[in-house]
Amino acid sequence: MRLRLDKPWQPLTAETARRLPGQLGVYQVADARGTVLYIGQAGARSPFGLRSELQREYEERGDGCQFRVEVNQQYRSRWFELLMVHQADHGSLPADNAKNPPPNLGRLSPS
Amino acid sequence: MDFEPSAEQQMLIDQVRRYVREEILPLEAKLDPDASELPPEDFKRLTEKTKAMGLFGIDIPKEFGGPDIDIVTRVLLAIEMAQHRAGLYVPCYGTFGGAGLAQIFEANEDQKERYLYPTLRGEKKAFFGLTEPSGGSDPARAIQTRAERKDNGWVLNGAKIFISNADRAQYGIVFARTDASKGRAGITCFIIDSDTPGFHVRRVVHTLRSSHYATELEFKDCWVSDHQVLGEVNKGFAVANDRLTRQRIPYAAGCIGVAIAAHEMAIEWAKMRSTFGEKLSHRQAVQWMLVDNEIDIRTAKHFTLEAAEKARRGLPFRIEASIAKLTASEGGGRVVDRAMQIHGGMGMTKDLPLERWYREMRIRRVGEGPSEVQRMVIAREILGSNLR
Repeated sequence: MRLRLDKPWQPLTAETARRLPGQLGVYQVADARGTVLYIGQAGARSPFGLRSELQREYEERGDGCQFRVEVNQQYRSRWFELLMVHQADHGSLPADNAKNPPPNLGRLSPS
Repeated sequence: MDFEPSAEQQMLIDQVRRYVREEILPLEAKLDPDASELPPEDFKRLTEKTKAMGLFGIDIPKEFGGPDIDIVTRVLLAIEMAQHRAGLYVPCYGTFGGAGLAQIFEANEDQKERYLYPTLRGEKKAFFGLTEPSGGSDPARAIQTRAERKDNGWVLNGAKIFISNADRAQYGIVFARTDASKGRAGITCFIIDSDTPGFHVRRVVHTLRSSHYATELEFKDCWVSDHQVLGEVNKGFAVANDRLTRQRIPYAAGCIGVAIAAHEMAIEWAKMRSTFGEKLSHRQAVQWMLVDNEIDIRTAKHFTLEAAEKARRGLPFRIEASIAKLTASEGGGRVVDRAMQIHGGMGMTKDLPLERWYREMRIRRVGEGPSEVQRMVIAREILGSNLR
């Protein structure tokens, strides 16, 4: 598994979100320039996994954003990993994660 | 040996059982099924409760301010604390506090001031750095991380893997080879501050236990002074060995707690669920699975309490600890597996805690010394000088 999510971005629309699988996993939402705004997880409490989460993101953010997903059963540890890698790469969490950071987030220095 | 709890032990058991049922289970029902932490406000509220119960810092020795709990009582309480979804690895979400690493109690006064006391006050967290990519079951031979003498200190180079909490800790205990010619007697234990130049947490290691992760560490020309040596040079492995042996007893108790919870769920379900016009509990195939569960649980509990009682009396308990760890981790896995089978499709879902216990219980056959190593320890006793 690659450390960073590096799949191509897809436009976040009602249609692209609707086509997503109902599986567990992690995702990133970015603005039109590709700046990551939020790293999220679709856990077992999401009614339709990634689909539910990205539909909610679209409803809250509207047009103009992009996203990418990774289906992953280890959605929690992968989510922590992506947050720590982002922090190591950029010196801070994505803007929308920084508003409500997870307690006790660790630190990585990936090579 | 009489393993019936005393009146005082029973009172504590009842108190912890109530705490799990009234405080932990309702909160847990709202969390993600793979969560391993409570929201900070709930954690704070519940630690105040455990302090009021007189049980906070349950693993801290009395002389360092912990409650006066002997290891047998500790086992009985550990069995209760584990009886919820996250209970195998995070009993009661850590609201009974932690003691930090056992070795740090053996530190010198200066080290105790810098590391032990801040840890007991909850100001510092630690990690335990023993296992390496070259192997974990035989660390005395597998350790390749080197520490070489330089400028009144030591320079560490090497890697560690499967290390929990290294990304969050302020310091860790790290084992490195200081004399390549001495094998087991060439390992030294160091205390490494996480901000030491040359110390890196390189990556997250994902495992079956998706609620939590381990990390991989790298030491690259990481210099530490002589003041960071824990114990004596070339005698570090004895420190780790002692810890690994002692930890097997409460480790086994956690497996028993989860097995009991899974078994109780299976009994309840078997009494309620009907197939082809008959309750599951009326079917011999299901009855026998429940009987086997009962036997696995009682066996593990007996051996674990026996190990704890010997440790409490100051008698040798190495073999007993191995038997306890072996029977509880293997028996616990079988119990959870049978409970899932009895639940059918529901047992596979994240709606119930069984699937998390199934994944996490599998790790228990490897963690804290795999089953094969425990059998090796027991075999040495059977075939060695103490032949009975």
